[in-house]
Amino acid sequence: MAPLVEMKNVSIAFGGVQAVDNVSISLNPGEVVGLLGHNGAGKSTLIKMLSGAYKMDSGEIWINGKKVQINSPRDARDNAIETIYQTLALADNLDAASNLFLGRELTNAMGFVDDDRMEAETRKIMARLNPNFKKLKEPVSALSGGQRQSVAIARAVYFNAKILIMDEPTAALGVHETAMVAELIQELKKQGLGIFLISHDTREMMELCDRVAVMKNGQMVGAERVEDVTEDDILSMIILGKNPKAAA
Amino acid sequence: MSDQTKIPPKRSFVQTLELDMRLLGMIAAFIIVAVAFNILTGGRFLTPRNIFNLTIQTASVGIMATGMVFVIVTRHIDLSVGAILAACSALMAMTQVRWLPEFLEIGHWAIPWIAIMVGVALGALIGAFNGWLIGYQGIPAFIVTLGGFLIWRNVGWYQTAGQTIGPLDQTFMTFGGINGTLGGPLSWALGLAAIAFVLFAIFKSRHTKATHGFSVKPMWAELTIAGIAVAAIAGFIGVLTNYAVPERVVARDPSRYGCDVAEGCNAVYGLPISVLLLIGIAAVMTVIARRTRFGRYIFATGGNPDAAELSGINTRMLTVKIFALMGALCAIAAVVASARLANHSNDLGTLDELRVIAAAVIGGTALSGGIGTIYGAILGALIMQSLQSGMAMVGVDAPLQNIVVGAVLVFAVFIDIQYRKRVGAK
Ligand SMILES: Nc1ncnc2c1ncn2[C@@H]1O[C@H](COP(=O)(O)OP(=O)(O)O)[C@@H](O)[C@H]1O
Ligand SMILES: [Mg+2]
Repeated sequence: MAPLVEMKNVSIAFGGVQAVDNVSISLNPGEVVGLLGHNGAGKSTLIKMLSGAYKMDSGEIWINGKKVQINSPRDARDNAIETIYQTLALADNLDAASNLFLGRELTNAMGFVDDDRMEAETRKIMARLNPNFKKLKEPVSALSGGQRQSVAIARAVYFNAKILIMDEPTAALGVHETAMVAELIQELKKQGLGIFLISHDTREMMELCDRVAVMKNGQMVGAERVEDVTEDDILSMIILGKNPKAAA
Repeated sequence: MSDQTKIPPKRSFVQTLELDMRLLGMIAAFIIVAVAFNILTGGRFLTPRNIFNLTIQTASVGIMATGMVFVIVTRHIDLSVGAILAACSALMAMTQVRWLPEFLEIGHWAIPWIAIMVGVALGALIGAFNGWLIGYQGIPAFIVTLGGFLIWRNVGWYQTAGQTIGPLDQTFMTFGGINGTLGGPLSWALGLAAIAFVLFAIFKSRHTKATHGFSVKPMWAELTIAGIAVAAIAGFIGVLTNYAVPERVVARDPSRYGCDVAEGCNAVYGLPISVLLLIGIAAVMTVIARRTRFGRYIFATGGNPDAAELSGINTRMLTVKIFALMGALCAIAAVVASARLANHSNDLGTLDELRVIAAAVIGGTALSGGIGTIYGAILGALIMQSLQSGMAMVGVDAPLQNIVVGAVLVFAVFIDIQYRKRVGAK
């Protein structure tokens, strides 16, 4: 069976900076693939080409064995790709429901946005994801980091993503909320989603991921199954930019 | 869901009513201004006649201010609204006074409507062009519309060769204010319809919330709000229908007021069509802001342009639409402004860009984007107009009038910033 996602030889440059240089990576259903690397390695840029935020200079994206064009966030959504961005892509002045449905508002028979129905749906999904979430009427600027993160996650989950991209989803969270995100990742994985996860916490990645891929200076150092490597192997890949497995 | 079964924390009167504090503040400011001038003028400020005049003087700026809310909410500005108004007014005046009468006899029913359509099309086109330069070419709105400020009024000048064009069509002039009012019965009919609609809307919303299982306000709070709304509408209509048409005016054409002779006719002006237009536009713009995707995207883009873009919103096209709407509203304001004066002159709407921006900002629209209301902008326009008319009635020198209006603008924003700091909003 063809992988869920295959990015083949993708590259993108900003001015003189080759942010992503001829990278290939794949993702299977029910698999969590971790992306590791120093700041500026190109992780966010790589996944932004999949989420439609950036247009790649060259390369191909294949989904379920079909080549697709992803030129905008809309194209990505049409391919059931949902993204939780590193800098939370929320409109601070709007409430949780408006953010959750942003760009995909529920409307009534007359074509007007149906705030009451969106609020009801938001209550339902929040009851599942974060039962402590109560501030439905307030602008999300009034929420804590964890609550904001649940809005971003709810948005991805609600629309039945097949492919989920999470760019440092736990960076701004406390211990308890981080554990909740980890639990959620396990649950979504069971449901058969493919997940790209970016994080700096190598130990966390070893626990959550099936495979980890390491990037450095825009290039792919290597992707290995977590059973096959130690934490030290990964650290040396991150720092040295060489794959000890490939050398062996 | 535990939040509904828990005993709610004790809430203040205003919180229970779920009223907007900023709205209350503005209404309070307006009442203070009105009462102060009424005392200073020995009771001449709050007469039906003066209130009538205030409303028709506010209409043109108020109409444009509703569009400016959307512009400013998306972090842009439009300095060219007064100039667009002048260009549209010039085109509409030329169309109805010079060009159309060559094909249709003077006074033909179609003339004013063709003129208005042409004017609104021009306004929307200029606005769309501005929006394209801003959204697609990345030129800052400040620069594009500063250029427009210099360009469009003078394009209007070339259309009319700098002449004053008039008199305008009779029907067209009914949009100006005193020449087009609904009279007593029709004003009350509309007022009652508005009351019925408000009551229906309040209780429909309550019902919908209840069916979704959301907590609703206590019944007494709902009734209080409804009572205030009914009183406000009835009071407004009551005042306007107390402004009697002078007998010598009725004598010119008694049949127009439903009388045979002027004596004992007791005709009243009632709601001006221009004010009805403003109210209608405000209602439509409020629905756009709150209940349409277009409105939702305006506020989302203002709050976080990147988030809007990543959510699949075409923010460039959105900019074009917002400025096109602004331009169309300038044209409608041009109808009202030129009809009020019975002719087009090239200085029509001079400095309106500043009045319109000030109205929106006094009304709580934040230049940092994402925040603003239509009713706020109209209240802002009303407060500005009250200050200006009131000072003129009291006999304040023109230079001092400007100083006061300028100071009020800055002070209003200062208060707004303090308020937002206190409630912890952005
Ligand atoms: N929009 C952009 N414009 C210019 N340079 C960018 C842009 N986005 C990313 N880059 C550059 O691309 C490189 C990779 O960045 P990024 O993908 O954010 O790294 P990571 O997420 O791995 O920390 C960096 O050098 C960064 O400065
Ligand atoms: Mg990053």
